[in-house]
Amino acid sequence: MVESVSWSDKVFSVLCEAEVKQVAYVPDAGHQRLIKLCIDYNEIKHVPLTSEQEGIALLGGAWLGGERGALLMQSSGVGNVINMLSVPNECRFPLLMIVTMRGEWAEFNPWQIPMGQAVETTLKAMGVIVLRAAEECLISETVSSASKLAFEGGRMVAVLISQRALGQKDWNK
Amino acid sequence: MLFRRDAVHKILEKRENSAVVTGIGNASHDVASAGDHPLNMYLFGVMGGAVMTAFGVALAQPERRVVVITGDGEVLAGIGSLATVGVERPSNLSIIVLDNQVYGATGGQLTHTAAGVDLVGIARASGIVNSVLIKDQKGLERALPEVYEKPGPYLAVVEVSPQSAPRVDVPKDGTFTARRFRSAINQEIKDHG
Repeated sequence: MVESVSWSDKVFSVLCEAEVKQVAYVPDAGHQRLIKLCIDYNEIKHVPLTSEQEGIALLGGAWLGGERGALLMQSSGVGNVINMLSVPNECRFPLLMIVTMRGEWAEFNPWQIPMGQAVETTLKAMGVIVLRAAEECLISETVSSASKLAFEGGRMVAVLISQRALGQKDWNK
Repeated sequence: MLFRRDAVHKILEKRENSAVVTGIGNASHDVASAGDHPLNMYLFGVMGGAVMTAFGVALAQPERRVVVITGDGEVLAGIGSLATVGVERPSNLSIIVLDNQVYGATGGQLTHTAAGVDLVGIARASGIVNSVLIKDQKGLERALPEVYEKPGPYLAVVEVSPQSAPRVDVPKDGTFTARRFRSAINQEIKDHG
């Protein structure tokens, strides 16, 4: 049986093709494989953060220094970046964020729901273009489209990967 | 006690082709008052972003020294950044914290350093091994070469008086300063391979 290529591997290829050189992240189960791929690849500098807002500032600096970057995080982290988005907004820095969603499709943890439900509204309020990937087969092409909007269109863009696409989280696994 | 503007001017005398990122507040005026420069990125918004912005530049420009000049309040607002820098240890990043123990831009309310929070201690414990406290002119003179030559990450807390200095004309348009900064770096890459 041929093992299918995971969305994470496809997104990793998209990031490489887009010449992303800095990947910042706060760990999330949904991003586990993508983070590992970035860590294992010498051409990408990977920066683990204490809080997502550090990543927004880091990627602004990356662009100032002539490099492209991406920020990987969970939906709960979106709340931590809102004020820092003033920096790419004012400076017109390109920004690519890949957000794995919680607090929506079949969420079992009520504490995830407030931020999960507010993600799209708050990002849009700060001027971020929001693209959703509701199914697994759409994730890599959505990231590809977002990277063009970010790096060629010069905009702040977030890809929200639906909990439906990731599969319901199972704590027993 | 050192006066912030004199200390900043002294530090910038030796910058050569270093990039400088300033933190929100008086630090931007201190740096601009030494003369505007295309490799200055002045931040005028968001407490706690200066160290990480400079870190991003440092990763992208490993051959160039990148210097952050900011205040104690601004660093405290992004204190986790010191841990992130301490983990990655960029060898070309220097962080200068002008510690006046107050929020100068909002009426002089005390910052945590006034109550004894030790930024040098936090930096060292976070893995920024080369962290020093500068208390006077002699200490500043001794530290000057280290800012540009000591393997980073380097951090200096400069104790300065709470006296503020006059505002100067600083370009506030982020799209302008950001593109000017990036062009200057690209131009140098073209000129010097």
